[in-house]
Amino acid sequence: MPTSALTRPDPDQLLRRVQAEEEYLRRGRLKIFLGYASGVGKSFRMLDEGRRRRERGQDVVVGAIQTVIESDISRLLQKLEIIPLKKVAGVETMDVDTILQRHPQVCLVDGLAHDNPPGSRHASRWQDVDELLAAGISVVTTINLGYIAELQDEVARIRNKRVDQSVPIDFIRRADEIVLVDAPPDAHILHDYASGETQAQDIDALRHRSAQLREIALVLAADVVDHQLECYLERNGIQQSYGTQERVLICLTPRANAARMLEIGGRIRDGFHGELVAAYVEQPKLAADQRSRLEANLELTRAFGVKVERLEGDPIDSILEFAHKRGITQVFVGHSMRDDWKARLIGTPLDKLLRKRRGFDVRVFPQL
Amino acid sequence: MPNKPERGNLKIFLGFAAGVGKTYQMLEEGQQLKAEGVDVVIGYFEPHARKDTIALTAGFETVPRRTVDYRGTLFEEMDTDAILARHPKVCLVDEFPHTNVPGSARSKRWEDVLVLLDAGIDVYTTMNIQHLESLNDQVQQISGVRVRETIPDWVVERASEVVMVDLAPRALLNRLERGVIYKPDKAKQAMNNFFRESTLAALREMALRQTAHEVGSRRQDAGSDKPAFESGGNVQRDSSKRILVLVTDDPSSVALIRRAKRVADFIHSDCIAVGIAPLGDQAARARALTDKHLNFARNLHVETRLIEAQSVPETLVQFARANSVTEIFIGWPKLKNWLPPFLRNDVQKIVRLSKGMQVTVVDDRRDTAAVRPGPERDM
Repeated sequence: MPTSALTRPDPDQLLRRVQAEEEYLRRGRLKIFLGYASGVGKSFRMLDEGRRRRERGQDVVVGAIQTVIESDISRLLQKLEIIPLKKVAGVETMDVDTILQRHPQVCLVDGLAHDNPPGSRHASRWQDVDELLAAGISVVTTINLGYIAELQDEVARIRNKRVDQSVPIDFIRRADEIVLVDAPPDAHILHDYASGETQAQDIDALRHRSAQLREIALVLAADVVDHQLECYLERNGIQQSYGTQERVLICLTPRANAARMLEIGGRIRDGFHGELVAAYVEQPKLAADQRSRLEANLELTRAFGVKVERLEGDPIDSILEFAHKRGITQVFVGHSMRDDWKARLIGTPLDKLLRKRRGFDVRVFPQL
Repeated sequence: MPNKPERGNLKIFLGFAAGVGKTYQMLEEGQQLKAEGVDVVIGYFEPHARKDTIALTAGFETVPRRTVDYRGTLFEEMDTDAILARHPKVCLVDEFPHTNVPGSARSKRWEDVLVLLDAGIDVYTTMNIQHLESLNDQVQQISGVRVRETIPDWVVERASEVVMVDLAPRALLNRLERGVIYKPDKAKQAMNNFFRESTLAALREMALRQTAHEVGSRRQDAGSDKPAFESGGNVQRDSSKRILVLVTDDPSSVALIRRAKRVADFIHSDCIAVGIAPLGDQAARARALTDKHLNFARNLHVETRLIEAQSVPETLVQFARANSVTEIFIGWPKLKNWLPPFLRNDVQKIVRLSKGMQVTVVDDRRDTAAVRPGPERDM
């Protein structure tokens, strides 16, 4: 890292940072209740939070609520100010103008993925929400996993059913807070699933599907929290890897058994819902046959869907630095099994890696 | 011949800190069951002077606690025998990781819960992620706190359901500041360890990932048509994979066992711990310590062996070969860093001898706990 204490900060950069900070303070906060299915209680949690905030003196309104209302929800609604939906082209939709005019501190918006009828300000409700946030109104909202654009294929495959509306995952990731509304698939949820256009299914298959969706929702929430944690540590200048997520780094060399490393790395990534990355350190004086072996390993790794990073400098130091920066918890390296006296005396690169490593395990693989 | 009662179901409400609402949610679900006519009782409830939570206990039958006299002081514990006699369909038990006062029939509350389950009673219980045994070292690294009351992972695996009780850390800190969770003096103390925003975020992430793992492994088990507890939780072990952990008298052995067992569990692999202790009278202490570490492994349901031999690398690798081990987990004896490589340790030798096996040198995560930032709460 450059010696930042001695370099003068670029004034443009400073200005941008200040502007970003001001923008952050001017915008409303976004809080999302995420569920993996309907019926887990997202709306209830959102309204209950609205009630509590109101009791603490915040100015809260309900901007949109789903049409099907259960008794516990209607009890909560009685305690809150509601801005009625308005009709556009005969379809009920959130009344953004009135909310902006009323300008509450907090607006509760159910069903973030809702599509607006043609002729509305925005095509989707999440864009309405973005506008409320830009106007400095904080929003508490709900979304179902199946409506997140990037996860739709996977969810549709599991549910056998596709929905049209969607919210981009980046909008979810930018949320100030995400709260998972978790519940095991009880009869209520299963009933909810079965009441779709899907045929009568056996209960085990439904349970199995719900579990798959639940798992995806939990991992998504964990990823969002991980991102928040990273930002927080960075903002506060804390250089510490927390190892909350399992991250495997495969070190590729010409003689590394990449196939074996990828197989094991893939198992660990899947088992832990973690990450798998690979890196190689550029060696300027590599013989042609070694170079082609390395290329073959890089290709194999990319074909496996694993990103390969190119590092430069001292082989061990650059790996140590990369591992630290990326919060790696396990490093995979190949090792020659030859017993040579020189290595015993002065130590091998592996020896150096083992001595200097901090915060991660080293898994040694026999080389080819 | 009378049939053994069918084992009760265990449901765990998993949180990441005091005050996220575990007990609240447990009681709420209990109330729902009760409304449906299910016979639900409270086996143990810790009020913590939280108004909303106490209100939810209304209408429940509570099995009175047992009073225990320990060195002149009276303690109250869950009365397992009384619950067995009452035999409800569902029993609500707060604070799963609790340690009973000495002289109790069982030393841990989770052991009491296993007794209830064996008798066919369903149990709902609460715990935080920091009490999970296999995460103990990581939790210390993150929070600076060594949690003493832990629950072995195999006990959590027995649960038929694990539910994550989630709350945004900021909301939790608000509750803490308003005095909802602790009284002011304790709240201030709490803010210095678990209740820092970064610590809460890290613990929360761990709880989310652990719950994802629990859901995933139960889903995979469902394919095998066996209830989770019969196959021992997430066991559809891949018998071609076998992890061997080298246990010594070094105190880092404990962290090493935890880590190896966690990896084995997550990749559905077998795990075996082998202690190698030198022969002879002067090595009695080393043997005793090694044995103590092996006992720790057994408590985590890891199979163990104790071998008496002089040369660790040869003995270890020989054993590994004879027992079709595919991976070896070892620690890194850190005191010997200053020695020249050929004298330093057995690691290189094990790597050399174990041709064809993978050798994992496990980081002693207790080392990194030292780096702790100063006060960082900016709310």
